[in-house]
Amino acid sequence: MHVTVQYFARLRELAGCQTWICELTEGSTVADVWQACISRHPRVEVLGASLSCAVNADFSRMGAIVRDGDEVAFLPPVSGGAWTES
Amino acid sequence: MTFPSFAVTTEPLALEQVVVHVETLGRQKGEGCGAVCTFLGVVRATHHHRTVRHLEYEAHAALALRAFEIIATEVAGQWPLATLAVHHRVGRIAIGEASVIVAAGSAHRDESFRVCRYGIERVKQIAPVWKHEFFDDGEDWVEGPIADPDDAELRRQALERACM
Repeated sequence: MHVTVQYFARLRELAGCQTWICELTEGSTVADVWQACISRHPRVEVLGASLSCAVNADFSRMGAIVRDGDEVAFLPPVSGGAWTES
Repeated sequence: MTFPSFAVTTEPLALEQVVVHVETLGRQKGEGCGAVCTFLGVVRATHHHRTVRHLEYEAHAALALRAFEIIATEVAGQWPLATLAVHHRVGRIAIGEASVIVAAGSAHRDESFRVCRYGIERVKQIAPVWKHEFFDDGEDWVEGPIADPDDAELRRQALERACM
């Protein structure tokens, strides 16, 4: 099966592309898609610890199962800057 | 076309239309609308003492709209009679122009201030929008929180800010 991977912002720049089609086996998770991303675009790995993800334009989790035709987006930290308490 | 409560657009933002929209929706709830509080995020000319030439905002537009809906649902849970609108601009934005509008309507001013503050804090936390700053001497992506609507601690912080 195939999913469309979408990169944004710094991830897009690191990968050198906005989208690509990823081939996976049935039962794969978002985390498996990310591993495929690292194989395909090794430079994206640097953001691996600070990602969130979305499937078909809704927030998702790395453990979620993906299905044929899904759009899987990886999101670097957002620009909310401003403040945190840490 | 109906004016939207939530939008991601490359066009300049329309504050007055957003205010009219929020008032019109708010009028139909509870005691009606007696207060509209608005927040505008505006492109600043400096960042960490560097001179900003312009900004480029990038978004996952469909997911950003989903994030705004999630925030509105949170608002409805906390302030059931309030009305929220969020319009975010993307693309290249010049110094002084608005990048985001949050507008909150309610019967009385206290609630509208709180909802507006909560709204912008949550937008900053979870909306998949990225700011690319272009300086005289380089460029940078601004990166803050990991966008996770289910992060209870982030949400608590936004609520605390709103209710100070």
